[in-house]
Amino acid sequence: MSRYLLDKFLYFVDRDPELVERYREDPRGTVDWWEAECANKVLNCHAGEASTWLRFTEEEREALAAHDHVALFALGAHPFLTLTLFIAMFERDHGPLEYQKAFGARLAHFALPYPDIAT
Amino acid sequence: MATVVAVIASTHHPFYYKASTATGEDRPPFADEWVSKITAFRETLTRARPDVLVMVGSDHFHQLWLDNMPQFLVGKAPFYDANFYNEEREFGLPRMLLKGQEDLSAHILRAGLDEGFDLAFSNELRIDHSITCPIITLRPEADLPIVPIYTNIFAPPLPQPKRFVQLGQTIRDIVESWPSHLRVAVIGTGHLSLELGGPRQFGPHGPDPEFDRKAVEWIATGDLERCLAEVTLDSLHSPGNATHGFMDFMLMMGVAGAGRKADHVDTLDLFHTMEAYFTWYPNGVDA
Repeated sequence: MSRYLLDKFLYFVDRDPELVERYREDPRGTVDWWEAECANKVLNCHAGEASTWLRFTEEEREALAAHDHVALFALGAHPFLTLTLFIAMFERDHGPLEYQKAFGARLAHFALPYPDIAT
Repeated sequence: MATVVAVIASTHHPFYYKASTATGEDRPPFADEWVSKITAFRETLTRARPDVLVMVGSDHFHQLWLDNMPQFLVGKAPFYDANFYNEEREFGLPRMLLKGQEDLSAHILRAGLDEGFDLAFSNELRIDHSITCPIITLRPEADLPIVPIYTNIFAPPLPQPKRFVQLGQTIRDIVESWPSHLRVAVIGTGHLSLELGGPRQFGPHGPDPEFDRKAVEWIATGDLERCLAEVTLDSLHSPGNATHGFMDFMLMMGVAGAGRKADHVDTLDLFHTMEAYFTWYPNGVDA
């Protein structure tokens, strides 16, 4: 399980307006590109250094590539990160709060305790 | 020595700015009542005539990230830029620039370390809506220098609730030992029951009205004993998956002092979450 890397993807994309659009339009291509080019960037370190060991599991890669926020919740991705990014991508296609309510409704089968989000 | 002239605890609802400035058809039906409550709340700070604001909040994965995550962090900088692109995008929050009270930051760091809190620090901190929301609601002129203090209520493992209370008690002592004639208000924001990104989000009320009722009672009466007896890191999952932000309210109860009744208490039941506003005057309202 690489919850940290899931969170890192969501965080990385969410703070870049161009990447938000790119991930909305081409999720699979964006995930593949990001895993190859960005997954090992150390975000609080200068660009000359990088990690060497970070990669998604198949399940994680598929959840991101399918925009499957329910699977992301099950995998323990940080719900705040998922929600923020998915609102940025999809709220525009819906009426006020419609997307947020549907997002919650799709998670209705989860009972406490929710999947662990500790990284 | 410096005087703590007001202690304020509040929720930080990022939609207040948009709701309160919207007009015509865009203005939500609850906006007028909300503005009225905020105006009364703002007056409780104005009356205290503060010179400096110590601002307690929590970064929402903006500058602080999981490769380098502090539990408690004090900003020490002459200025703080504020609000991020995704807060502009989702909440319509404006970019801001606040002055820093750097000598008080240095004092809090030195004294905090000496009191057993291994505080992290930042000399270049961009602050987010956990601190700018109360600036917008309580001091929209944004003219007073601040000391931002960030807590981790967001990325487990988190500190224990009692540690938030102890830090609040220590902040109160440290500010009162600051060799300065200035008048300081300590303002902190957190949440009552709240769910974000989970099945109970964006309901007609907060996810756990019963928790909210108890929490407001604990805060309003300064009942730290009951609060600490009932609240654990595990128990906070039950009222909603983002309810760990309540620990910032517990920190502010520590600043106010055990058993201290709040001088101003107000709430507003909104969709999604309950708003709650508290002010204490440690030395009386006209001190």
